[in-house]
Amino acid sequence: MPIQILMPALSPTMTEGGLAKWMKSEGDVVESGDILCEIETDKATMEVEAVDEGVLGRILVAEGTEGVLVNTPIAVLLEEGESAGDITAEAALAAVAAPVEVAAIAQPAAAAPAPVSAQASGERLFASPLAKRIAQQNGLDLSQISGSGPHGRIVKSDVEVAIASGTGTAAAPAPVTAQPVAPAAAQSSAPAAASVSTNDPIFGLMPEFEATNHSNMRKMIGKRLTESARDIPHFNIATDVEMDELMVFRKQLNERDGADYKLSVNDFIVKAVAISLKRNPDCNVAYTDEAILKFSRVDVSIAVAIEGGLITPVVKDAGGKGLAAISSEVKELARKARDGKLKPEEYQGGTFTISNLGMFGVKSFNSIINPPQGGILSVGAGEQRPVVKDGALAIATVMSLTLAVDHRCIDGAPAAAMMKDLKTILEDPMQLML
Amino acid sequence: MIVVPYVVEHKPVAPTECQAILFEKQGMTYTDDTEANKLTRATLLRIQKMADTNFDVVIIGAGPGGYVTAIRAAQLGMKTCVIEKKHIGGICLNWGCIPTKALLRSAEIYNYMKHASDYGLSASGIEFDLQKVVDRSRGVSKQLTGGVAHLLKKNKVTVIDGEAKLNGPGKVSVRKDGKALPALTGKHIIVATGARPRALPGLEADGKLVWSYFDALVPNTMPKSLLVIGSGAIGIEFASFFNTLGSDVTVVEVMKQVMPVEDEEISELARKQLEKHGMKIMTSAKVTKLDKAADSVTCTVEDENGEIHKITVDRVISAVGVVGNIEGIGLESTKVKTDRGCIIADEYSRTDEPGVYAIGDVAGPPMLAHKAEHEGVICIEKIAGLPNVHPIDKSQIPGCTFCHPQVASVGLTEAKAKEQGIIVNIGRFPFIGNGKAIALGEADGMVKTIFDAKTGQLLGAHMVGHEVTELIQGFIVAMGLETTEEELMHTVFPHPTLSEMMHESVLDAYGRVIHM
Repeated sequence: MPIQILMPALSPTMTEGGLAKWMKSEGDVVESGDILCEIETDKATMEVEAVDEGVLGRILVAEGTEGVLVNTPIAVLLEEGESAGDITAEAALAAVAAPVEVAAIAQPAAAAPAPVSAQASGERLFASPLAKRIAQQNGLDLSQISGSGPHGRIVKSDVEVAIASGTGTAAAPAPVTAQPVAPAAAQSSAPAAASVSTNDPIFGLMPEFEATNHSNMRKMIGKRLTESARDIPHFNIATDVEMDELMVFRKQLNERDGADYKLSVNDFIVKAVAISLKRNPDCNVAYTDEAILKFSRVDVSIAVAIEGGLITPVVKDAGGKGLAAISSEVKELARKARDGKLKPEEYQGGTFTISNLGMFGVKSFNSIINPPQGGILSVGAGEQRPVVKDGALAIATVMSLTLAVDHRCIDGAPAAAMMKDLKTILEDPMQLML
Repeated sequence: MIVVPYVVEHKPVAPTECQAILFEKQGMTYTDDTEANKLTRATLLRIQKMADTNFDVVIIGAGPGGYVTAIRAAQLGMKTCVIEKKHIGGICLNWGCIPTKALLRSAEIYNYMKHASDYGLSASGIEFDLQKVVDRSRGVSKQLTGGVAHLLKKNKVTVIDGEAKLNGPGKVSVRKDGKALPALTGKHIIVATGARPRALPGLEADGKLVWSYFDALVPNTMPKSLLVIGSGAIGIEFASFFNTLGSDVTVVEVMKQVMPVEDEEISELARKQLEKHGMKIMTSAKVTKLDKAADSVTCTVEDENGEIHKITVDRVISAVGVVGNIEGIGLESTKVKTDRGCIIADEYSRTDEPGVYAIGDVAGPPMLAHKAEHEGVICIEKIAGLPNVHPIDKSQIPGCTFCHPQVASVGLTEAKAKEQGIIVNIGRFPFIGNGKAIALGEADGMVKTIFDAKTGQLLGAHMVGHEVTELIQGFIVAMGLETTEEELMHTVFPHPTLSEMMHESVLDAYGRVIHM
């Protein structure tokens, strides 16, 4: 009996695809392993191999057809001794019916951003009625949201977290405007690499452990940083900065009469980074599929460690603010961060991140970029080090800075120029006044 | 083979004997019962028992929070000990929830008997014997505390009769009748010491003329007149009990409504019912002074207009709330912090001292047995590292009051929802529209539901009327599963039952009510 060749699902979430090209024609002999055709999904074009051998009896879906549902018959393979006459009405009928069905289903899907699309892949999606309704009202795709309820059920709070973080928006590609782009991190559905289950027998051989289930924050950190480390071509640039003048300058400012602020070294770094990015706008950018977005303002995210993870509150327009203003804003944001009181707009939308581990005595380190930003600066400890000045050994307070950038949007030269400016400003802090 | 390294009665312990004890500890039996062996074994068991002072979990207090936590801990394979200074089962089983329900049941049946003619029945010479009513209540408590003791034993929880005190991190000292018992160590120590009646200056219970709930549960006399200070669950239940038995009862509440935590509309309906049954209620009023005579008390009550009323009654019940038992349990030897009479603990009941936890009343409001039980289970499951342990959602803890009529609620009141700026859909359905309620002769009451108009989330459910305390769980399950009005409307409620009013109330919130 002729064998039906069905539209394959090339990923767990694939529901339909385009038939890009037939590599075999009707009447061609097909051997197991031969490439039959190319299928296009929203993510990639993939080749389809023949499993069985025979003669390609009839092509049911023509080249260039879009929106072919998974499991629709696309061709019929004749086995030895069979001819085109053996192709049953059933098979042909299925083929005729298919396009109609495609059209019928595609219609409502396009009209409303209907969630619950995971249904199509045959898996039941567990979500509370309330979660479903709120997701629908906000145009969210529930299959993109991970559930924290019993047995992974998606509950209201999961949807609210997704709304706040922009996960699962069944949205069009990011608009190419000067607007800050929300961290639309969720889309990737490639299976997470290096995934390990707690049930892995290896843990039985390891010492006793306490398992802390992932909070939504932990899931978000895991997901976004995995994507960043995997998908963003990072490169690092490091430099050492002599801090003695800055330390004197800071002391003078802090000891001024009536000073109602206490500036930290970090406040200077925030301001200096903002000014260097202003001078090097090619480094204050984000990469999207369509364009490089160059931001009109420097909004600096600052990594703050909090219970169970970290968060990056944003000092908006750090370049336009004075040191005292930055200082008090950072203190306030850090306090809110630790109390879990930050509003979404207070921790989203930064254009560049600073991560400072200097207080732990760390000399230098590399950070992973906080997408969709283009760069992140890692700040080490200021410490006394021997330096060579005018051909002689001297002692200076030195701090190592390491910049990681997204090579897709920032090249070596602009990154180096930005670091040079940053070093110059920090070593000659009066520039901060200009 | 394990050899116990000490000598008992100058006779080396045979390895088989040690095995016997190990067998016994694992619930197996050992049959070599020669006299010599029996003697040695008894001594060894005694020594072992005394030496058995190191536990995975030590729980202070065997109230509903403590004993449930202990059983769950044992189920999870932890070596568990619970220390109780007075009664297994705590206030709930002995001086609270359970014995009051027994009293109220007597009152309810008495009330039915008095209204027998309403049902076409006749009864004469209807009387009650207060002592027998109280005896029944005590018997119910006793039966249940026995049951709990059995459950603890069945689960191999070590129960220590004594007064526990934290003695620095990981250590607990125990005293009984002034004598020290062996000190215990616990990897995890759970404080579940509960709460006691709040004593306001001048209104303190004396056990004779002014009663706390302890006294009111075992009244030695039937007061002809009674003034109850406070109309929370405790106050109003006692008021209802004595009122039904014929006391002239006045309730004085400082807030503007009875049962102040309840929805205003429900509270108002309950008040009307209570007043119909002859209770006097003064709200926004304050008892400022109690003048005690030989067998009566004159209460000075200031009403909302500042007018002073002198009310003379046989007895006063002081029910002005409860405070956590945080004193004398050695908290000062730890980093545990307290706030207004309660221990500060996080959503998994962890205090500021690692390894010390607080659950139930002592960990703060709402001070309810079911909250304590649930909190304890979450706490111990978190300690055990179970997956998917979620903190208790305090917005979904129900409250039940067993006065006549009963009041039950869960979630936001109408006022609280509006305070939060939520646009609400409200449904109401009266008992008079329900066939079963009329057949029962219980046609007073209401079921009220509050929905978020935008999302259809059930925010709150409030009920007053016959047996509503048994109905409320339906809405709690619905809220927990995050159903919207749609699923509730599509649910088939059995006919004829009171529960149909729940359905109708939901329908009413969306303008689809049938029987009204």
